[in-house]
Amino acid sequence: MLIAAACVLPLIVIAALTENSGYAFHAMVGVVAALVGVVLIANRCFDGSVAVEPQEIGGKPNYNFGPVKFATVAAMFWGIAGFTVGLIIALQLAFPDLNFNLPWTNFGRLRPLHTSAVIFAFGGNVLIGTSFYVVQRTCRARLAGALSPWFVVLGYNLFIVIAGTGYLLGITQSKEYAEPEWYADLWLTIVWVVYLLVFLGTVMKRKEPHIYVANWFYLAFILTIAVLHLGNNVAVPVSILSPKSYGLWSGVQDAMFQWWYGHNAVGFFLTAGFLAIMYYFVPKRAERPIYSYRLSIIHFWALIFIYIWAGPHHLHYTALPDWAQTLGMTFSIMLWMPSWGGMINGIMTLSGAWDRLRTDPVLRMMVVSLAFYGMSTFEGPLMSIKAVNGLSHYTDWTIGHVHSGALGWVAYVSFGAIYCLVPWLWNRKQLYSLKLVNWHFWISTLGIVLYISAMWVSGILQGLMWRAYTSLGFLEYSFIETVAAMHPFYVIRAMGGALFLTGALIMVFNLWMTVRSEAAADAPRADIEPSPLAAAV
Amino acid sequence: MTSIEHKAPRRSLWAKHKIFETNSIILVIGVLLVISVGGLVEIAPLFYLKNTIETVQGTRPYTPLELAGRDIYVREGCYNCHSQMIRPLRDEVERYGHYSLAAESMYDKPFQWGSKRTGPDLARVGGKYSDEWQRAHLAEPRAVVPQSIMPGYPFLAKTELAVGEIANGLRANRLGGVPYTDEMIAQAESDLKAQATPDHPGQADLEKRYPKAQSRDFDGDPQRITEADALIAYLQALGTLVDFKLYDDKANIR
Repeated sequence: MLIAAACVLPLIVIAALTENSGYAFHAMVGVVAALVGVVLIANRCFDGSVAVEPQEIGGKPNYNFGPVKFATVAAMFWGIAGFTVGLIIALQLAFPDLNFNLPWTNFGRLRPLHTSAVIFAFGGNVLIGTSFYVVQRTCRARLAGALSPWFVVLGYNLFIVIAGTGYLLGITQSKEYAEPEWYADLWLTIVWVVYLLVFLGTVMKRKEPHIYVANWFYLAFILTIAVLHLGNNVAVPVSILSPKSYGLWSGVQDAMFQWWYGHNAVGFFLTAGFLAIMYYFVPKRAERPIYSYRLSIIHFWALIFIYIWAGPHHLHYTALPDWAQTLGMTFSIMLWMPSWGGMINGIMTLSGAWDRLRTDPVLRMMVVSLAFYGMSTFEGPLMSIKAVNGLSHYTDWTIGHVHSGALGWVAYVSFGAIYCLVPWLWNRKQLYSLKLVNWHFWISTLGIVLYISAMWVSGILQGLMWRAYTSLGFLEYSFIETVAAMHPFYVIRAMGGALFLTGALIMVFNLWMTVRSEAAADAPRADIEPSPLAAAV
Repeated sequence: MTSIEHKAPRRSLWAKHKIFETNSIILVIGVLLVISVGGLVEIAPLFYLKNTIETVQGTRPYTPLELAGRDIYVREGCYNCHSQMIRPLRDEVERYGHYSLAAESMYDKPFQWGSKRTGPDLARVGGKYSDEWQRAHLAEPRAVVPQSIMPGYPFLAKTELAVGEIANGLRANRLGGVPYTDEMIAQAESDLKAQATPDHPGQADLEKRYPKAQSRDFDGDPQRITEADALIAYLQALGTLVDFKLYDDKANIR
């Protein structure tokens, strides 16, 4: 509280002195956040409810689900926001007049808003929410800390607001997926360290002898993201009164750092973290143990070891030295195996419960997410081969690849987890309507198929047009002809995006109605956790 | 008498994994060690292997006006659609010019090689079009290229360039290894103005500090220095510093 109060004055001074209006706005957001923090903590202290929550009630752990609920709601809010911005920028590419020629609505500022909103705001809240849920359940222990879990979820969402509004105001490092400027990065570092401490603290006071496999993945995700974030964002601010900074690295080293970061934002944020979700929610929903304990050990260590090497495949044929490109390609191809290890472990968990796919659309969504995971982790190694990359790089093929992973895998496994979580958290017997889940599933699956096939065609088409020669040995197409050829596919892609957004809106309605429905008389779920040892060892 | 040898059942290797599953700190250390290897092997050598950055004539830090223009390029997120990295492939070299060298972006913070070409590569766009073309194109791309899908940036030519922090900007770059001299930092603001003002007396000194710097009124409005001045100055400098007639490819085979 004192720290928050102490922040108020300097932030006001910065707001008053800076000549950058966006930076002044952010300083004021910081002031408001600090004041709100002070008021909330003061309230807690003075209204007598400061009594420490018991760790256990009647021999059962007294779980702390408040922050999980907040993160779940925030995830859906940012999800809708992020999908909407995605649809807008897809339409801008098809109909450029939609840029309106204003600074705040241009594609260049909106595209990072879209990527950050879906990856870090939607995905991040899903990861924080589910990790706080899963770590408590699988450790049979209340979250460590009283205020710190709230600090993590609220602080993380404050970071999202600062980052997102910053892009619109032109405050960005323009490093892909690491756009936030130095002060947002510093704030995120503080939040992330507390996140690690809360998570690790909960694991340490566990009542279970073993750390469940989902927690290995969450832990690897939290640790590695911390390392990547620090490594890629070392920067010198121009001054305390300027939002602008210049990184410590430049040129080719900066490129290598950036894609070491960038590819592992995929590897650890969008893969390890979501595999953790898979390792809890799939067995839970299917009511079967994880297929193979040994496979989970092998693919965990192999995945985290190999992923880190794969970054240079984003820099094929660039000025990065060839030895680094070759290493990146080699490890990217090897990465295929541990990725499929995870997929097989998830899908085969349904052994003996395959009939559930017919009756349970939530489980179907998670299994299809694993199928998409398998597909895009096959496509990824393929695209990392230099000869293929020579064609695919700089084209929409990359965009399609990212979206088969992001929509098909990350979003679907998140949707599945949230469909499971909401009735559990709000103590409802079941979802408002499984029929609506079915509609969500089919509408958004159609959207994904339209999206990725449009991008395959446009990407490969444009790549081939760039390198086409006439019989006389001249380049056949001017650049702008290859741009014009993209138009129909950009329209189809936007339609796919609109369908995906429609599905997510149906989901929000369904969840809203679930929360509004009557509370169940008693907890709907058995307190039996999937045990890694239950599988054949 | 027969003796039965009692061998302790050989503990399976799998059982040894228990140590990670029952000690959170050992798991943390294990993860940190495993994820460190790849990054160390791929990144660290780039800082000491001499052949990472080619030896070339002509590269220099950006002039203050070019740097301010680059900051606008960064602010508007141009990297989302434009690469600055020509690959050594036949069609790219014919379309855009000599493939890009690491040395050409050695002072770029951040690097702007990009990952997508919704628009063409800009690594050698300098001198390819006139200032008038750049001006008209930035304000309304479809007025110049009817099929373009680029957003318009008419506000750049209407916004005065903020120059208050430019010396601090050079200083921050120097902390990150860009060889700006004390003189360059001291003269940053006047150099910036000299470069964007026709017939400014400071231009000779500017060119001494930054060889090949192009000085003129870039935005068509000699009365003031706008963001369009800075951005066009930057675009016109892109790829113009290294003279490839003198560059020896063979000397830098890596």
